[in-house]
Amino acid sequence: MSISTAQSIPHLLDTILLQNGLVTAFAAVGIIMWLSSRLSRWLTFGRVHASAIAIVIGLLLAYYGGIATGKEKGLADISLFSGIGLMGGAMLRDFAIVATAFEVQVTEARKAGLVGAISLLLGTILPFIVGAAVARAFGYSDAVSMTTIGAGAVTYIVGPVTGAALGASSDVIALSIATGLIKAIIVMVGTPMAAGFLGLNNPRAAMVFGGLAGTVSGVSAGLAATDRRLVPYGALVATFHTGLGCLLGPSLLFLATKAVVG
Amino acid sequence: MIIYGTALLALCHLVGLFLGELLGMAIGVKANVGGVGIAMLLLISIRLYLHGRGLLPKETEAGVGFWGAMYIPVVVAMAAQQNVVAALRGGPVALIAAIGAVVVSACCIAVLSRTGDHAPLPPLPSPEATPSHASH
Repeated sequence: MSISTAQSIPHLLDTILLQNGLVTAFAAVGIIMWLSSRLSRWLTFGRVHASAIAIVIGLLLAYYGGIATGKEKGLADISLFSGIGLMGGAMLRDFAIVATAFEVQVTEARKAGLVGAISLLLGTILPFIVGAAVARAFGYSDAVSMTTIGAGAVTYIVGPVTGAALGASSDVIALSIATGLIKAIIVMVGTPMAAGFLGLNNPRAAMVFGGLAGTVSGVSAGLAATDRRLVPYGALVATFHTGLGCLLGPSLLFLATKAVVG
Repeated sequence: MIIYGTALLALCHLVGLFLGELLGMAIGVKANVGGVGIAMLLLISIRLYLHGRGLLPKETEAGVGFWGAMYIPVVVAMAAQQNVVAALRGGPVALIAAIGAVVVSACCIAVLSRTGDHAPLPPLPSPEATPSHASH
């Protein structure tokens, strides 16, 4: 390969970064993590966890990516950072979550089995009621729209799955996704700040949190930013959240909503 | 060998997701029901089994441990590809419904997490904090 002019050097660099998307993502995330640990120490004297800052930077970059491209996958839609899509996609996310199970203390997990299941059920029903009630207050008073937006308040996957099953309109489905996304973002950013109030300092509480806070993404990021050792316990429960929501949303919860509003 | 650990993790991951899909089909849900959770339980059981028989050398453990440690960077990459713009465009209905859901859930967590017997984890040993304290 011959480089004839100086202009082709940046082009060459671009090509290398593009052709090595995943490796570029490793480098980019590494730089974000380093920057976050500096910010954590210099600006907050270690009070705000570096992971929490890194996640907020990630969300800001996602916002920038969305504005810049007008597409749906945040920074990953910018071709230079397409590797972010692979690195933070469902495959590697689930792979890394499963790996954290290696650190689980079985006795701790077993102790919290029942309360984990209870919080899973509450974590589906309570957000649903809140979401459906808010939808009604804003004029979405038919049972299908209320159920879809209520399901969105469970997770951003339960919302569209429920809406599609019930034949909701596309703007209502979009609204339910937005509700679930905002919830996930609040959980990601807010958990470390609210950890004291939530009593989030032991495996049992992490399992309660995993059931009630919903969304694997919100729970996993929220716990990661609070105390890394709690991640597997929360994830173990949260992974059943979407499934349970998709099961109850179009069936039991829809019928209950219909019975209430007619 | 380090690949044994990673391969073990990969097999648990795949079997778990497969069983999660089957469970979803069995109860008529268009989603994977607890696939990751099943994979985690599998990995926990296999670790206990192998550990009890002394079949889990440090190298094999490292093949899993690396991916567990990559967890936070992966989550940061995940955050960077959220549809934040769409979330913010949802307007007041989405915002109020989400905040309401979070507040109600948070109160419930605060109550439930204080029931039963539980002891807080010991404070994290913080490698980041040590040098900064030394410099003060």
